[in-house]
Amino acid sequence: MVAMIKPGHLLLLVGLLSGCVSDRVVLLPSPDGAETALVVRDASGERVLDRPYAATNTQALAAPFDFRANPEYVETRYAAVLQALPRGAVSHVLYFETGGDRLTQASLAELSALRQQIANWQASEIMVIGHTDRVGSLAANDALSAKRAEAVRELLIGEGIPAEKLEVAGRGEREPLVPTADEVDEPRNRRVEINVR
Amino acid sequence: MIKSHRVTAFMLAGMAFCYPAWAAEVAGMIKTSSGQAVIERNGEKLAATVGTRVLVADKLRTGGDGAVGVTLRDNTRLSAGPNSLIVIEKFAFNSSTHDGNMSVGVRKGTLSVATGKIAKRTPESVDFHTPTSVLGVRGTEFIVEVENGRDD
Repeated sequence: MVAMIKPGHLLLLVGLLSGCVSDRVVLLPSPDGAETALVVRDASGERVLDRPYAATNTQALAAPFDFRANPEYVETRYAAVLQALPRGAVSHVLYFETGGDRLTQASLAELSALRQQIANWQASEIMVIGHTDRVGSLAANDALSAKRAEAVRELLIGEGIPAEKLEVAGRGEREPLVPTADEVDEPRNRRVEINVR
Repeated sequence: MIKSHRVTAFMLAGMAFCYPAWAAEVAGMIKTSSGQAVIERNGEKLAATVGTRVLVADKLRTGGDGAVGVTLRDNTRLSAGPNSLIVIEKFAFNSSTHDGNMSVGVRKGTLSVATGKIAKRTPESVDFHTPTSVLGVRGTEFIVEVENGRDD
């Protein structure tokens, strides 16, 4: 049997295999330790990676195989790509006096610290996101949250933040910091989040 | 008539100036870049320097010493390692509702991902794929590597 395989054949076989597309997927831990999972589908079916460092390797001419990676494997094999991953967005929260677009005293003080951070962050973009409590209708809260975000945008421009870095969004009552029943006056939900990415 | 046409043309020119052509299709921005890294757009190659906007349909290509990182508008973070080709095939995001979708292809090389607001709200509208497989996202951070992938 062995004699039948000539060196030329072996070379051809190696060439074919090395030319095959091979995918490797590695699930990493969530930064906050939360549960995490990925579903990988290919011609051979579907596999679920459901714990940190679960990994799978699919190849065109071979059965897929699952394996368990580890921090050393990831740091060695993927150092360059992980090094290039941008840092995560950071949120700052500012609070408002009841029913209007005036910031509380404490929140005014936080603005200067924020300005410093934005100045030090390369190619930063800033999403100014208004939020409301659940007093009033959905539509009214959308409008109020947009108005609050716009007021903070003006404040930031006044603080010297370039206007082209700033985008505003009104989330209305969709994302309360403190979940409440409808029509509850909750000061902690009347806020503007400044998300720097 | 001629006069009103002129006015219309003037207004359209003004609008074109105020609303750049890319306004509707910005997906994100280059946040990190090292070595050889380019954006391929409409057949042209642009240097992938930090601060450059990334548009829908852009391809990110890196050389042997290159790597590039992008943050998308929904805070999804992506990076391409050396010898990689990544395509931002689809991206849409509504910052009020967090509705949106994205589709990112890894043609070759390595991609690392930290998912953002779209994946949090509607994970089913987010996909990452290689020439041979598709990932359904239920997690937040992962790496995809394609060996012997496609060069286009």
